Amino acid sequence: MSSSQKNWTARLRKSTLESMEPQDLLPDTQPAYVASWIYVFGVLTLASLIMLIATGLVLTLEGPAWWHGSSVGHFWNSMHLWSVELFFVFMVVHLWGKFWMAAWRGKRTATWVTGVIAFMASIVTALTGYLIQTNFDSQWIATEAKDGFNAMGIGAFFNTLNTGQAILLHVALLPLAVGIIVVWHILLVRRKGVVPPIDNDATLEGGAF
Amino acid sequence: MVMKVDPSKKWTGPVRSYDIIKEGVIAVVVVGLLAAGLSLFFSSPDEPAVTLKSWAMTNPADFAQTATGELAGTTTSAGYGAPYNHAAKGPTLGPLKLQDWAGVRIPVDPAKSFVVEPLLMMNNVDATSSAESWKAATPDQQNKWATAYADALGKVDGATSIPDTKNEFGPVPTMVSSLLVMAKSGALDGALTTSDTPLPTNFTKPLLFLADSEGYFGDLASKQHLGGDQWGVMNETGSWPGQSWLWLFSLWYQIEPFKSSGNADTLVMTLMGLLTLCLALFPVFPFIRKIPYLIPIHRLIWKKWYARKL
Repeated sequence: MSSSQKNWTARLRKSTLESMEPQDLLPDTQPAYVASWIYVFGVLTLASLIMLIATGLVLTLEGPAWWHGSSVGHFWNSMHLWSVELFFVFMVVHLWGKFWMAAWRGKRTATWVTGVIAFMASIVTALTGYLIQTNFDSQWIATEAKDGFNAMGIGAFFNTLNTGQAILLHVALLPLAVGIIVVWHILLVRRKGVVPPIDNDATLEGGAF
Repeated sequence: MVMKVDPSKKWTGPVRSYDIIKEGVIAVVVVGLLAAGLSLFFSSPDEPAVTLKSWAMTNPADFAQTATGELAGTTTSAGYGAPYNHAAKGPTLGPLKLQDWAGVRIPVDPAKSFVVEPLLMMNNVDATSSAESWKAATPDQQNKWATAYADALGKVDGATSIPDTKNEFGPVPTMVSSLLVMAKSGALDGALTTSDTPLPTNFTKPLLFLADSEGYFGDLASKQHLGGDQWGVMNETGSWPGQSWLWLFSLWYQIEPFKSSGNADTLVMTLMGLLTLCLALFPVFPFIRKIPYLIPIHRLIWKKWYARKL
């Protein structure tokens, strides 16, 4: 192993900064086949995530109970709710679109897997959001969800009845996890490029790539 | 003639103009306007939280029966097992006892935590002396008193107390009546939430007690179509969309063998875990990875490309 291969900094630089051109990261052209409405849902999912973070940050300004007694707070809670509803609609359409495009072709398996992980991490993040509504819905979800987590031994560590734990998970750890996975997913898309159309030649999908 | 495309190679074919930043900004504006429109038009649900006080005021008989059940050890919490107590081994997955193995990390003794300790905090001689009498008795004697009283209460519809004509209930009637008074005043909510710290963010104890109710908490949820057999996992109070992305999770609870299984939570959680793993591994499953070729929806997605109209 050469000295540069042993050097962590050099290896990190090669696997990140040197793995793609500036044009890959911030492109001003796309392959000509990228011409379908299905491509819109990826960026809409990302836009919804940005709206979720923005509206969530507004809600953090006054605390989890603010929206019960304030019309302004209630509006921002509604914005947060509808952003998450849109986020999942767009994400599911994006996922199905990528399935029918067999978007894992061309050594893009990691892109698919990070997308699935982002989907699952988003579901857990959304659940903690429902747990911190501090209303009847959150009380009921907490008492029901605990049985599922307890049955798998998870409930001993993630107590859905502990609102404080759910708040901290929802506003700090889980959004950070989702953000990291999403950034990783996007970088993989930018590095590998948008998967080209499925060719008629079946040998091209037979595992050669 | 269709041009053969190697998906692993960097694209060197025709390109079109594209502005990723402009696209992103437009998308954020569109989603922002959509969310704002939906928020102004539909708002969001906010069914007020319930309390031990609202339970005691609305259905005092159910409260009394549940409190007696906590003393008799017959409620869900009393017989739950890990992570709250050692009363049961909990659900298992074959030889895997995941719930039990995780251990009692959130210790809750329902009789002690929900009834006895709050009564000892009351500024009432009858309440504290009845709790002291309970503490001084043997577990066997405690169980006899509480079981007898639970049976008696269960026979009289709507009763919150029963006279001890045969001297078989011990201090239990006084304890339950006193706890009901405490709950109606709102003091029990405070007692349970502040039992571990004066500035609480953990509502494990009051929520476990509420969830033991058979005639209040669950009824309210059923009226809001939140029950497990009502697709409650994905529903929201009122008519708002809830966690619709949990539809598959919710589906299993509606069908056999999960629906009637006492081990449904373990089975459903395990199944969903396996299905999630399968979803992640689509690219390597021989049959599934070929479905997009067999059902050519990609022909619609890339119809312009295939028709070479670009």
